[in-house]
Amino acid sequence: MIPVLLILIPLLSGLFLFFLKEEKAVKNFALIAALISLAVVVYAIALNPSGQLTYDTAWLPAIGSRFSLGIDGMGKMLILLTAISFPVVFISTSGNTYKNTAAFYALMLLTQCGLMGVFLATDALLFYFFWELALVPVYFLCSIWGGEKRIAVTFKFFIYTFVGSLLMLAGILFLHYKSEDGSFAIKALTSAHLDNFEQKFLFWLFFIAFAIKMPIFPLHTWQPDAYEQAPTAVTMILSGVMVKMGIFAVIRWLVPLFPQAAAGYANLVMLLSITGMIYASLIAIKQDDIKRLIAYSSIAHIGLMCATIFAHNQIGLEGVMIQMFNHGINVIGLWIVANVIEQQLQTRKFSELGGLAQTSPVLAILLVVMALANVALPLTNAFVGEFLMFNGLFQFNVWMAAVAGISIILAAVYTLNMIQKIFYGKTVAATEHAVDISSSVKWTLIFLVIVVLILGVYPQPLINLTKDTVNAIVANR
Amino acid sequence: MNAIIISALCGVVMMFSGIFTHNKTTIKNIAIAAMLVLLVANILNTYGIYSFRIDVNNMLRFQVFGLYFNSIVFLATLIYLILSGDDIINVGINPAEYFALIFFVLCGVSILSCFNNTLMLFLGIEILSIPLYILTGTDKRNLKSNEASLKYFLMGCFSTGILLMGITLLYGVTGDFSIDQLAVKGSLAAGMTNSGIIVPLGLIFIFIALSFKVSAAPFHFWTPDVYDGSPSVFTSFMATIVKAAGFIAFIRVFETRMPELGASARIIIPLVIICTLLVGNITAVFQQSVKRMLAYSSIAQAGFMLFALYSFNDIAKEGILLYTFAYSFATIGIFAVLIKMKDYTFEGFNGLSKKEPVLAAATTVFLLSLAGIPLTAGFFGKYYMLLSAIKANGQYALWLVIIAVLFAAVSVYYYFRVIQSMYFKDGDAETTEIKPAFKISIIILAALIILAGIFPSLVLNWLYF
Repeated sequence: MIPVLLILIPLLSGLFLFFLKEEKAVKNFALIAALISLAVVVYAIALNPSGQLTYDTAWLPAIGSRFSLGIDGMGKMLILLTAISFPVVFISTSGNTYKNTAAFYALMLLTQCGLMGVFLATDALLFYFFWELALVPVYFLCSIWGGEKRIAVTFKFFIYTFVGSLLMLAGILFLHYKSEDGSFAIKALTSAHLDNFEQKFLFWLFFIAFAIKMPIFPLHTWQPDAYEQAPTAVTMILSGVMVKMGIFAVIRWLVPLFPQAAAGYANLVMLLSITGMIYASLIAIKQDDIKRLIAYSSIAHIGLMCATIFAHNQIGLEGVMIQMFNHGINVIGLWIVANVIEQQLQTRKFSELGGLAQTSPVLAILLVVMALANVALPLTNAFVGEFLMFNGLFQFNVWMAAVAGISIILAAVYTLNMIQKIFYGKTVAATEHAVDISSSVKWTLIFLVIVVLILGVYPQPLINLTKDTVNAIVANR
Repeated sequence: MNAIIISALCGVVMMFSGIFTHNKTTIKNIAIAAMLVLLVANILNTYGIYSFRIDVNNMLRFQVFGLYFNSIVFLATLIYLILSGDDIINVGINPAEYFALIFFVLCGVSILSCFNNTLMLFLGIEILSIPLYILTGTDKRNLKSNEASLKYFLMGCFSTGILLMGITLLYGVTGDFSIDQLAVKGSLAAGMTNSGIIVPLGLIFIFIALSFKVSAAPFHFWTPDVYDGSPSVFTSFMATIVKAAGFIAFIRVFETRMPELGASARIIIPLVIICTLLVGNITAVFQQSVKRMLAYSSIAQAGFMLFALYSFNDIAKEGILLYTFAYSFATIGIFAVLIKMKDYTFEGFNGLSKKEPVLAAATTVFLLSLAGIPLTAGFFGKYYMLLSAIKANGQYALWLVIIAVLFAAVSVYYYFRVIQSMYFKDGDAETTEIKPAFKISIIILAALIILAGIFPSLVLNWLYF
C-alpha cells in the first residue's frame, strides 16, 4: 500500500492546491503535504514492513499492462531523496514570491507525484507513463515562472526529452511484442529472446531517452539553458532529483534488459560520458553566472556516474548509489545559496559580486562546506561516492579512470574560483548592504551540511540500503 | 438498421421543423433531442433490439464493430451539437437545413460502417459527401466559403469517379458486387483468365478514392483550403466524424481484400503513411492561423489512423475506435473553443488563461490529447496504432514506428504553440460571449478525455458486451 500512498499524497494534495487562494495557506499546505510523504518514506525504510512495499493490480488487462509498483534498495534511496528534497526546497524558497502561488506549488507537488511514480514503477508502460508525466508540470513551471528566455528554452527542453521518451516507447512496444507472456512486467521483458542486432538496436532506443535526461554529451545542450532560465526552486528539483531519473533508468531498465549490448557498448558510452565531464568542467571554469556554473558542474558529476555504471562492478555501483543521493543533497545546497544571492542582490554574475563573506558570514561558512562537498574533499559525503566510483572505473580501465580524474582537478578550479569571487575580495556596490540569511534558509542549510558530514564519515547506511540492487545487477552478468 | 433509417427520418424531421417554427433555439433543441434518439436507437440495436427488420439481401451486414463505431460517432455528434449548436444556428438564415444536412451525413456514416457490397459503399460515400458540399458553402456571402465548396465538390466528384472505376473493374472480373464473395471469385478469376492485373488495379482505384476522403497524402490537396474556407463549425464536423467514417469504409473494404494487393500493399501503405505524416506535420509547423494549423494537423492525424490499414489485426480495429474517440472528441472541443475566439491566429490566443481559465485548461487537455501525451485518450489512440503495427510485422514495422514517433514529436511543436500563447504570453484574447453551460460541457468533455486516458478499457470494453 505504501507505494500507492507515495503517489496519491502528492497527486491529491497537488490537485487540491489549485483551489486554494491565500498565499500563506498554500505554502503551509504544500509543506505539510511534502512532510507527510517524507514521514511515509521514513516509515517504509525504518520499519521495512514486509508485504506493504509492493502493490499490484489490474490496469489494462487488454494489453497486458498492470499497475504494479515496488520498492527495492535503490528505489528506497531515491524516494528518500525525493521526499527530503521537496520540504527542503519549500522551506528554503519560502521567501520567494510568485504570481499565482497556488498553481506554482500545485505543479511542484504534481512533479513529485511523477517522480515517485518513475522510481516505483515495475511495469514498463507504467514507467513510461510516469516518465512523461513528470515532464508536463515541469514544462509549465519553467515556462510560466522562468527567466526572460524561458519560453524558447523550456520548449527546447521539452522537445528534447519528448523525442527521447518516444523512442523509448517504440523500444518498449517492440520488447513487449517479444516478451513471452505478453506483459510489460520487468521480469517478462528481461527474459524476452532478442537476437544480437535487436538487442543493440533497442539499447540505443532506450539509451538516447536516458542520455537526454541525464544528460550525456552530446545530448546535453538543453540543460544549462533550462537550469538557468527555470525558477530556482524548480532548478533544485531538476538537478537534484530529476536527472537521477536518467541514472536510475539505466540501472533499473537498460542494463538488465540488454546486458550484452550494455557490455558491448560500455567503452563507447564511457568515452562519451568522460568527454562530457571534461568538456563541461572546462566550460564551467569560464562561466560568469552561478546558475550556469552549477549546471555545468552537474553535467560533469552525472557523466562520472553514467561511466561508472557501465564499468559494471560491485564497488563502482556502490559508489553510484551513494553518489546519486549525495549529489542530490549537495546540488540542492548550492542552489539554495544561489537562490539567496539572487533574491537578495538581484544578480547572479560573479563580476558584480565580491566580499559577501564580510556581510553574510554564516552563508559563507555554509556555502564553503557545500562547495567542498562539490569538489569531493574527504570528510564530505561526495568523497566516499567519488572514491568508490573512481575505484570501479580504475578496475575496468586505467586510462578511462585517469582521464576522468582530471575532472576532479577542474572541479576544484571552478568551485574555489566561485567561492573566491563571491565571498572574498573587496565588497562591491551590490554586496555592501547585504544582510545575513533568514533563519529558515540557515536551518535548511545547516541540516544539509549535517547530512553532508555524517554521510562523509559514515556512509554505511546508504550502502546497506542499496545493497540488494547492486548485488542483483552484478550477479546478472 | 436503426441508425440508417432513423438518421434519415431525423433529417426529414429537421427539414420540416423549419416550416413550423422560426425560433432558432427551438430548432437547435429539436436537433439535440433527435440526436439523442438516434444514439439510443443505435445502442439498442447493438443489444439486438430492432425497430425495423428489412431483408437487405446481404448488401449490408451489421456487426458489433460497426454499430459500436456508430455509437461513438453519434455521441461525438451529440457533444458537437451541444457545444457548437448556438454557432450552427448563427451561420446563415436556414438553421433547420443545416441540422437536416448533418443528419443526412450521419445516414451516410451508418451505411459506411456496415456495407457488405461495393454498391452500398458508393451509395454511402455519396450520401455522406453531397450534404457536405452544401455545408461547406453555407456562408454564402463569403468568397472563401464558395471557393471551398466548389473545390470540394470538384475534387469529391473526381474521387467518386475513380471509386466507380475501381468498382467496375472488380465487377468486370468477378461479376459480383458483394465484398466477401469477391474475395473468393476474384482469386479464381485471376487464376483462370490471366486477368491478374485487373483485381489489384481495381483495388488500388478504390484505395485512391478513399484516400481522397480521408485526406491521406498525396491525395490531400483539397483539405487545407476546404477546412479553412468553410464555416468553422462545419470544419469541426468534417475533420472528425466524416474522416473517421472514411477510415471505417477503408477497413471494411480492405479487411478481406488486402492479401490480393500482395506485395504492393506492403510498399504502398507505408509510403502513404510516411507521406501523410510528413506533409501534415511539416506544413502545420509553418501556419499562422490556428484553424489552418488544425486542418494540416488533421492530415497528420490521418497518418496515424492509416496504421490500422498497415496492420489489420484486432488491436488495429480496437485502435481505430479508440483513435476515433480520442481524435474526434479533442478536435470537436478545440474547434468549439476556436469558434468563440475573435482572432484565429496564434496571437489571438495570447493571454486566454487569465481571461478564461476554464477554456484555457480544457483546450490544454485537448491539445495534449492530440499530441499524444500520456494521461489523455490521444496517447492510447497512438499507442494502439503503433502496437498493432509491431504485432503485425515485428521488426519490419519498427522503422515505421520510429518515423511515426518522430513525427509525433514534431506535432508537439505546433500544438504547444497554442498552449504557449494561452499561458505564457501576455495579451488580450478576445472571445465572444461564453455561457456557463458551455463551460460545463467543455469541462465534461475534457474529463472524458482524461478518463479514457487512464482507463482506455472503458471505451473498448463495450465492444465485447
